Amino acid sequence: MKKSFWKNNAVQSLLASLICILLGLLIGYIVLLCINPAGASGAIMAVIKNFMNYSRASLQLKNFGATLVKTAPLLMCALSVLFAYKAGLFNIGAAGQYTVGICASLYAALAWHWSWIACMLFAILVGALWGTIPGLLKAYCNVNVVISGIMLNWIGLYSTNMILTKVKETTSPYTFHLATENPSAILPTLGLEKLFSGNDKVTLAIPLSILLAIAISVILEKTRFGYELKATGGNPNAAKYAGMAEKRNTILTLAIAGALAGLGAALMYLTDFEQWQCTTSSVPGMGFSGIAATFLGGLNPIGTIFASYFIQHITSGGAFVDKTMYCSQISDLISSLIIYLCGFVLFLKTSMNSIIARNEEKRAAAAKAAAQAEGGDR
Amino acid sequence: MDNPYVIEMLHITKRFPGIIANDDITLQLRRGEIHALLGENGAGKSTLMSVLFGMYQPEEGEIRKDGKKVAINNPNDANDLGIGMVHQHFKLVECFSVLDNIIMGVEPNRFGFLQKKEAREKVLALSEKYGLRVDPDALIEDITVGMQQRTEILKMLYRENEILIFDEPTAVLTPQEIDELMQIMKNLAAEGKSILFISHKLAEIMAVADRCTVLRKGKYIGTVETKNTTMEELSAMMVGRNVNFHVEKKPAEPGEVILDIEHMTVASKVHKNNAVKDVSLKVRAGEIVCLAGIDGNGQTEFVYGLTGLEPLVSGKVTLLGQDITRASIRYRSTHGMSHIPEDRHKHGLVLDYTLEDNIVLERYFEPEFTNSMGFLRRDNIRSYAERLIDEYDIRSGQGPITIARSMSGGNQQKAIIAREIDKNPELLVAVQPTRGLDVGAIEGVHRQLVAQRDAGKAVLLVSLELDEVMDVPDRILVMYEGEIVGELDPKQTTQEELGLYMAGAKRDEVKA
Ligand SMILES: Nc1ncnc2c1ncn2[C@@H]1O[C@H](COP(=O)(O)OP(=O)(O)OP(=O)(O)O)[C@@H](O)[C@H]1O
Ligand SMILES: [Mg+2]
Repeated sequence: MKKSFWKNNAVQSLLASLICILLGLLIGYIVLLCINPAGASGAIMAVIKNFMNYSRASLQLKNFGATLVKTAPLLMCALSVLFAYKAGLFNIGAAGQYTVGICASLYAALAWHWSWIACMLFAILVGALWGTIPGLLKAYCNVNVVISGIMLNWIGLYSTNMILTKVKETTSPYTFHLATENPSAILPTLGLEKLFSGNDKVTLAIPLSILLAIAISVILEKTRFGYELKATGGNPNAAKYAGMAEKRNTILTLAIAGALAGLGAALMYLTDFEQWQCTTSSVPGMGFSGIAATFLGGLNPIGTIFASYFIQHITSGGAFVDKTMYCSQISDLISSLIIYLCGFVLFLKTSMNSIIARNEEKRAAAAKAAAQAEGGDR
Repeated sequence: MDNPYVIEMLHITKRFPGIIANDDITLQLRRGEIHALLGENGAGKSTLMSVLFGMYQPEEGEIRKDGKKVAINNPNDANDLGIGMVHQHFKLVECFSVLDNIIMGVEPNRFGFLQKKEAREKVLALSEKYGLRVDPDALIEDITVGMQQRTEILKMLYRENEILIFDEPTAVLTPQEIDELMQIMKNLAAEGKSILFISHKLAEIMAVADRCTVLRKGKYIGTVETKNTTMEELSAMMVGRNVNFHVEKKPAEPGEVILDIEHMTVASKVHKNNAVKDVSLKVRAGEIVCLAGIDGNGQTEFVYGLTGLEPLVSGKVTLLGQDITRASIRYRSTHGMSHIPEDRHKHGLVLDYTLEDNIVLERYFEPEFTNSMGFLRRDNIRSYAERLIDEYDIRSGQGPITIARSMSGGNQQKAIIAREIDKNPELLVAVQPTRGLDVGAIEGVHRQLVAQRDAGKAVLLVSLELDEVMDVPDRILVMYEGEIVGELDPKQTTQEELGLYMAGAKRDEVKA
């Protein structure tokens, strides 16, 4: 019984993820010790505690809400990466699809004054189109999706900067506030703000993203489309042999992945939580963190929900590090260290398996030796 | 007391989920002998060899080298003990050269710089000495399977291994290459190397092996001297009954034309010329036509063109009176064509899928397996897979939910055959369907091919195996350098005549 428990795939994934998290925190702690030993434990606790750093319950709830607001887009990016990964495609372009999603949702909201639902659908559409490009290149010219994805990330970034300049404040590089310019574009809260002591950034985005994670899980595990997708990912030659339309599936997969990332952007920017800075010179990290969340979640859509939350939790927690002891970049450093280690989940899982196997053998051998010794005595 | 055994595997037991792959097996290898290992598909031969090579740890039993107990925890340990292995499915780096593959892991270096020249000389000397022809600079992906195998052998010799394990080395070779390999093995044994050799081909075992150990369903049956036994006796030991090597069949009654190929030309991927040149042929209902030839004469490309995996340069394909020259693979597959592919790992299976998912690989979209909402009907998939597993005797650890990768090579093949025949096609394209199968299973597959024929279906068999070519079909077409050079009647012709056609020494004008 016990043996089968440890050999269970889900248990192993969970364990590997937890070990990665602990390892990340440990290394983060060591780095902090090296920089300034006096504040290290305080700082790492601050990161872990995140919103619990506040003593008032209402403030805690409000900040818990803020972490959730940022979890929704990350979860969407993670689902985007995961969906493509199952079909054997590494969608590093999620970051770019997310970026053009920002562009679409904000431009529709601020320039055309569309309502939130229209803005959201537009972001989905543009994200999907952006995903289709590497899909077409892969299907018809066999261009590696990682290369075309990275290039498109930059094209997406600068196009976004350029287009959103039309809807930015004259005195700052930031786009207009939705609340003042077009409140109808803000996602409905569905009364959720009451649960988070009035944090009205907590919106439909959160339940919607969780529902989508469940939907993706169902699509992958239970449907014909998921079956085809995973077959293509597992062995493209066999998929072709079996008459699956591999080209169409590649394009469709990346279009859906792009749609998910684009929706993620809408779920973030249509809350008016943040404005876009039109001088941004790096692709938003959301898409890249999505890769980490995918692996930390054990390549499972449901696992990804928790992984995304965790990553946002420590990223937000980084803000609470005592800035008098550490420079301001330290929070990003610590969270990126932890995110980096999340990539080791699969590796850890394999090593875990071989350790379990070895232990079992040892036990079996010992038992046998004992039995023999007994037999010999008699 | 001198110990004649270089390797002794004593009372080895190895379990996998749902199955005991090796159950108290003892195998003793004498110094300088060729020792064959025989058993049905899934009997545990590859597992036993993997245990010796350190890839699996047995739950029970011990291994002795020169009488001393040794621990082999991984392939490196095995290598240190002088044990080398050529796997059933080769383990070479495709985009590396032959030389690089041979020296990988034991690269000679001085101050960290590669000393390739030294290595090349050693490899060339070895290849000269044992007649292992290779081109050290060719890339693995460009060379024939035979040369890939010689690379694997050189890899072992380069490491100065004394104990050589060959897991079904002949399954992928042409008859000529097999003869060469047999000679090489004899030379190696004469040099004092000890060889363990897995094969399903009894004639080979009788020809090269000194002794033969037989396994059945994970259990040890016995070890015999080949000079004191017969092929019949061996096969009876192995499957527990007498195997009929000859295919029983009534005379064919060919009916209407099912497949009509006119002037088919297919481009080659490896060279500039076309691989298939202006081939025309017909296959009728109720007959088995065999496309024979030495490997690499365009059979692979011909099948790709026929099944839609590669486009045609020119020509026309008609199936059941319908022009399918440009039809999709799915269309062909749902309109009467089944295809048992040449390479089960490349095309035939999604190795990380379960057995049941592989069984519905070409039918998952049918209403029986997918409902109108696009959801898979798991229960139906499961019961369908269970029926095929039962009917076609597909053996595995956990039945329908076994991951295909963990199945034995022969049972993977049986799963594909079951899937293709059970589609009940009008035309069955079977490319080397019995590759890697045990004699009992081969008999079964041949019977199924004949049953298809007798049910009025057309069968196009592509085979490299001379016995199969002579025994199974009603008509033989010989392919040489992309052209059909002869049509033979298996009842009239001899293996010698067939050989002349296959070697290009004889040719007729053939009208389709
Ligand atoms: N890694 C594995 N995990 C689980 N089961 C396995 C694994 N490897 C082998 N098996 C099972 O062990 C049994 C013996 O397999 P093995 O590959 O040794 O057969 P074999 O005698 O080499 O057969 P073949 O002639 O078909 O190659 C099979 O039933 C197979 O399903
Ligand atoms: Mg085997």
